[in-house]
Amino acid sequence: MTTTTTKSAYLAGLRDGAPFVLVAGPFAVLFGVLATEAGLNLFEVMTFSLVVIAGAAQFTALQLMQDNAPTVIVLISALAVNLRVAMYSAALTPYLGAAPLWQRVFVAYLLVDQSYALSHARFEAVPQMSVAERVAYYFGSCTLVMIFWFGCSYAGAALGTALPADLPLDFALPIAFLSMVAPMLRTLPHLTAAVTAIILSLLAAGVPHSLGLLIGGIGGMIAGAQAELWLTRRRA
Amino acid sequence: MIDAATLWTVIIGLGVGSFLLRFAFLGFVGDRPLPDWMLRHLRYTAVAILPALCAPLVALSGDGGTTEPSRLIAALATLIAGALSRNVFVGIGAGTATLLAMVYLVG
Repeated sequence: MTTTTTKSAYLAGLRDGAPFVLVAGPFAVLFGVLATEAGLNLFEVMTFSLVVIAGAAQFTALQLMQDNAPTVIVLISALAVNLRVAMYSAALTPYLGAAPLWQRVFVAYLLVDQSYALSHARFEAVPQMSVAERVAYYFGSCTLVMIFWFGCSYAGAALGTALPADLPLDFALPIAFLSMVAPMLRTLPHLTAAVTAIILSLLAAGVPHSLGLLIGGIGGMIAGAQAELWLTRRRA
Repeated sequence: MIDAATLWTVIIGLGVGSFLLRFAFLGFVGDRPLPDWMLRHLRYTAVAILPALCAPLVALSGDGGTTEPSRLIAALATLIAGALSRNVFVGIGAGTATLLAMVYLVG
């Protein structure tokens, strides 16, 4: 009985996760291509994707390393881009916190935008799921995305040097990031955060050690939080 | 060119750091709630940090930090198409098409 329900939960996760390969695949190809263009070899590209599994943070680290930023700044900036996974971790804890530690270790390792979004929605909608079923669903939702993530990183790395040299590839990164951000700009605080971050990062572009990114990013977060507080007070 | 020592420090540091961010609550905190002020700031990480990373690449990408019109226009096309369609791929398509058109047709 238990095995059948966990198996069907895994299959449900697998099915729900399938469309997300269309998001993870192209980003992984792009990372493989850009990392190869930056001089990383196949082993380095694959280890990077395997160890970190975070597209946006990997792109950020790659860009800053090419700008010769100090290693500490590269790490802080890339981790700042990845801060949202701590929020995901917090949001999933009420549902998965009772799972065995070794399972939570793997849950944490595989925690990305897609696995969080799918699982959180499912756990909320079906509150009677057991912890074992939730874990099975979660791993199901990760399976295809991860296969495509690693496979497409490999494909991108293999493809990298074969692309024509005059393609404006360096601009793929801003286009990818701005497309991720644009749909998020749905409230006044989100817009305030983005506009503040853009202005500050341009004003701080000359600050040494690529610190402009952190100045713009942290300033934008504060501006967004303040705008949210202001809106809440005004409604009250 | 990125030197090997820097690269491996970043790969390992980012791997460990990302894991700790992901494990933080699932593993260490349990289901104690986060303070409101922290959640309020965390909500805006993506919409602040990603634009801050892109802005100089878009606006100051030319020689000596000048603005290249093709890139500025491609970035605006990406943002507008992405915001209106609420779809990542529409944004990517619009930005890429605009950039390639500007680079190859306009020169």
